[in-house]
Amino acid sequence: MDARMARAIVNGLLVALAVISVAPLLWMLSVSFMQPGEASGFPPPLLPSDATWHNYHQLFAQAGMGRYLLNSLVIATATTAIALLLNTAAGYAFAKLRFAGREAVFRTLLAALVIPAQVTMMPLFLMLKELGLVNTYAGAVVPGMAAVFGIFLVRQYARSIPDELLEAARIDGAGEARIFFQIVLPALRPILVTLAIFTFMASWNDFMWPLIVLSDQGLHTLPVALATLSREHVQDNELMMAGSVVTVLPVLLLFLVLQRYYMQGLLLGSVKG
Amino acid sequence: MKPSTAGWLFAAPALAVIAVFFALPVLAALALSLTDFDIYALADIGNLRFVGLGNYLGLMRNPLFWQALGNTFYFVLVGVPLSIALSLAAALLLHSRLGVFKPFFRTAYFAPVVTTVVAVAVVWRYLFHTRYGLVNWVLAGIGIDPVDWLGDPDWAMPTIILFAVWKNFGYNMIIFLAGLQAIPEDLYEAARIDGASRWRQFLHVTLPMLGPVMLMVAILTLSGYFQLFAEPYVMTQGGPLQSTVSVLYLMYEEGFKWWNLGNASAVAFILFVIMATITYGLLWVARRKGAE
Repeated sequence: MDARMARAIVNGLLVALAVISVAPLLWMLSVSFMQPGEASGFPPPLLPSDATWHNYHQLFAQAGMGRYLLNSLVIATATTAIALLLNTAAGYAFAKLRFAGREAVFRTLLAALVIPAQVTMMPLFLMLKELGLVNTYAGAVVPGMAAVFGIFLVRQYARSIPDELLEAARIDGAGEARIFFQIVLPALRPILVTLAIFTFMASWNDFMWPLIVLSDQGLHTLPVALATLSREHVQDNELMMAGSVVTVLPVLLLFLVLQRYYMQGLLLGSVKG
Repeated sequence: MKPSTAGWLFAAPALAVIAVFFALPVLAALALSLTDFDIYALADIGNLRFVGLGNYLGLMRNPLFWQALGNTFYFVLVGVPLSIALSLAAALLLHSRLGVFKPFFRTAYFAPVVTTVVAVAVVWRYLFHTRYGLVNWVLAGIGIDPVDWLGDPDWAMPTIILFAVWKNFGYNMIIFLAGLQAIPEDLYEAARIDGASRWRQFLHVTLPMLGPVMLMVAILTLSGYFQLFAEPYVMTQGGPLQSTVSVLYLMYEEGFKWWNLGNASAVAFILFVIMATITYGLLWVARRKGAE
């Protein structure tokens, strides 16, 4: 096979796979601007004949999308802020501070990764019900506040902080809290960005737990609201595509802007199985 | 303050959260799975009875449980190899020296990974619509009759598998790409000098060198695919004819539709045992192979 042929095949396949990956997303965007009913024809139109904001207007004015967007934002932001603090402190401790039982605890945490979170959902629901946290933002935030994956990610990165740096600060009389905030956190900045993106996206995209703990419609997150809407509005394709755009766009943009950090974290998090 | 005290203090908040909201519920789920916790117990805990292995035995006699287990295994056994194969193929394409615009393609392939499952499942349900879906229109163009993708019990699960492969292949692709970049060029050089063809280089250099990466990818993908839930919830609601009821879908319906939380916990535990067995089984096989 000559080189030009090989080049054509490789690039042809690259393009074909890109079309398959992106076409559904582009079509979602296109249909979301179509007139109601326009997308239910055959053959399906590829572009709106007369682009309109009608579906978005409908979503926010009639279907309460603004409320769901707010719920998603509040829950994902709160989860990210808390998880960032707790996981970073713990990840740093596991990497750099010697304490009794450290290795044993860390091994236990890693072993616990095989337990699927769904096992906890029934007791967790009953527990939060007792605490009065079912149908509150707090109920949706609670299980995401700390994560083994996050601790692991920070630990991997924090190991590269030189011990001499910390020792020098201790000799200068700096307390452990001061060392953490003034030396460790700045050194960890790239991985903090990574952890923030991962946590935010996981929380934003999460479906099963919010579905269980937020049965109150006013508290629905975007994915839960979208799933509910899609069961009611089976025929309103244009409306549903607009709803999908509103749900997907924030995380997609976040990823595109901070892609470098995301990829770095993905690789760091999977160095060790 | 000594660093050792500080260590515990820094780790404590996260460990406390994990202990209270993860470890404790796992133990409680085991206990719950041995009771008949239902809507009456939810109203008054006095109605709770210990039933031993009753829930587990009941599930063994429940045809829907076996169907859900079978559907989940179908999804995993077909979906995981397909997913890994496409990930590897995409990584090889991106690694090839012949390709152009590779950063752009990498981002395009990865885009579905970060999207919300529920939202893109809604999009796919529409793409695969029997009458006006884009997929049937394309198929009609090459002379294939319309397929009732999500309405035919034989096609619903394959459609969900296609969706999952499309959504997820980018993730493993990135891991494979890093693995490919770590293979020393000399190995290919040596193989070429020995006259090995492209295909033989792939079989005897690339695949063996990717071994550890492959193991990790397989474990991560398996555990992800066993947790199938949102896709059938949105695309098929478990139908048609319960052909897409997954184990977790069954758990959700048992637990939070019918409020049989004891039974739902038993379902969850069985899934956990299956996943743990497969994970440790793979690790064991890999270790034995590595030791030889």
